[in-house]
Amino acid sequence: MWRGELRLRTERGSSPITHPRTRLGEKVLERAFWAAALASVAIVVLIFVFLFSNGLQAFRDIDIMRFLTGTIWQPVSEEPKYGLVPMLTGSLLVTGLSIVFSVPISILCATYLSQVASSTVREIAKPVIEMLAAIPSVVYGFVALVIIADMIQGAFHNPIRLNALNASIVLTLMVAPTIVSISEDAISSVPQEYKEAALALGASKWEMISKVVLPSSLSGIFVAVMLGVGRAIGETMAVLMAAGNAAVVTFDPLASVETMTAVIAIEMGEVTFNSTHFYSLFAVGGVLFLFTLAINLIAQFVVRRYKALGR
Amino acid sequence: MTKAATQRIAFALLRLSAAVIVASVFLLLGYLVWNGTPALSLSFLLESPREGMTAGGVFPAIVGTFYLTLLTLLFALPLGVGAAIYLSEYADPRRSKTLYMIRTATVVLAGIPSIVYGLLGLGLFVLFLRLGFSILSSALALSFLTLPVIISASEEALRTVPPSYREGAFALGATKWQVIRDAVLPFAAPGILTACILGLARAAGETAPILLTGAAYYLPELPNSIFDQFMALPFHIFTLSTQSVNPRLTRPIQFGSVLVLLLLVLSLNLVAIVIRSYYRQKYRWVT
Repeated sequence: MWRGELRLRTERGSSPITHPRTRLGEKVLERAFWAAALASVAIVVLIFVFLFSNGLQAFRDIDIMRFLTGTIWQPVSEEPKYGLVPMLTGSLLVTGLSIVFSVPISILCATYLSQVASSTVREIAKPVIEMLAAIPSVVYGFVALVIIADMIQGAFHNPIRLNALNASIVLTLMVAPTIVSISEDAISSVPQEYKEAALALGASKWEMISKVVLPSSLSGIFVAVMLGVGRAIGETMAVLMAAGNAAVVTFDPLASVETMTAVIAIEMGEVTFNSTHFYSLFAVGGVLFLFTLAINLIAQFVVRRYKALGR
Repeated sequence: MTKAATQRIAFALLRLSAAVIVASVFLLLGYLVWNGTPALSLSFLLESPREGMTAGGVFPAIVGTFYLTLLTLLFALPLGVGAAIYLSEYADPRRSKTLYMIRTATVVLAGIPSIVYGLLGLGLFVLFLRLGFSILSSALALSFLTLPVIISASEEALRTVPPSYREGAFALGATKWQVIRDAVLPFAAPGILTACILGLARAAGETAPILLTGAAYYLPELPNSIFDQFMALPFHIFTLSTQSVNPRLTRPIQFGSVLVLLLLVLSLNLVAIVIRSYYRQKYRWVT
């Protein structure tokens, strides 16, 4: 079994040259693993460099303030206009709605799985919910396009078939497994002594959950919600297929909207390379990247503080 | 209201929330299986699309997805497992600066939207390195995207190997690499395999990155080299349902393609779960 042991004996017994050579091999391998680990850092840097080197070129032709505050996106016209606001509001509307829908139900579900459900129910329900995370986003987009859109139209008698509500309903399903599993971990990690102390003071099980367990897992739940927001704002295919893609500034859930992710996916296929329009899509990608970066760093920060506090 | 009544209502609400989510999984999958099954047949799997993609099967898309995911794994696996070995075996937690940087980068990568990987693929591989719209460009972009999945799952697998194994091997005089090769990797292998399969499943289902780096609407021939464009199942579903002349006419084909993709991705996940639980049982004494 311990091949290492046998090999080592033969090495000791053979010429003394092998010893330094093995050392060298060890060093080379360690460097190789180190380099592989640094690849993640390199990729983040590459993303930075390529998004911003291309994105910033857009601002040779577009005024950056115009880009950030303009309310009209018309890149293909006599007088092209590159205003990001419709996509910002589109992304915010779709993400916001899906978070409003999914946060309460996901946290209640996580609480149930962690504190109330029997272990049999938990063992079955958890993998089933995690399946939602495994389904490809194009499948969610298809479901939104084919059935959820009809259901919404039937319910609201809305003339616009593909709209923000449609996108946020599929997003709710896509975000739920993230929020459920991370907040379940947080809720389950509340120390047993806290719970026993509450029960010893005469609290009912529900009082223990609502007054002790949930408040002390708030930071973990916050992280879960942040990662859910990150997932929702970055989702491309499902939103692209469901939301109707009209670049207008609106907060009406029954109107078509276009998100930052969708505008990149749609227009990159039709654009002339190295044109202002091409660069402007990289600029949109840069804004999107900064949003998700900020969300993840905030979540990371909370995770670290929470660990530093000993819990 | 009495304590007991409040508790009953609260628990009912909790139970209802869980039931709604679980039920929606079954509804969703049931709906797709129910509508997709009639379209499935051997000829659907083995034929090319015909008559402007209104008839025929999805063979080239299956082949494209197969090539793409294998190539992705070829890039992501050595890099991901290497990184995991460094993080779990070599990294000195006291020299926390490098470690902090690597960990933060991995977390950031996991949170980056897939379309941004598409933009990187387009900017870096397709245009800057002149690899063109090709399987190679797409696979490279996807390997970046699957990297955090593989790193975190492999690292977890390596960390579950108990320290006493390493200490025992060191005590016998093994060098660091010998310890890793003979006392750690064999026991972490099932976990690493699980990581690979999860990475594969992720790569097989992604659409946005390949949309920008080389997936084709329709190709009469299978790709001959890694520099060719390709058809892929997720992209095929997207184009069929949004860009074809008459999306309603081809609905059965769309449902069929969705079901094929879903079966592929979910069965990969299922295999991963089975491997994991089998070895968790087998090495129960380990943890």
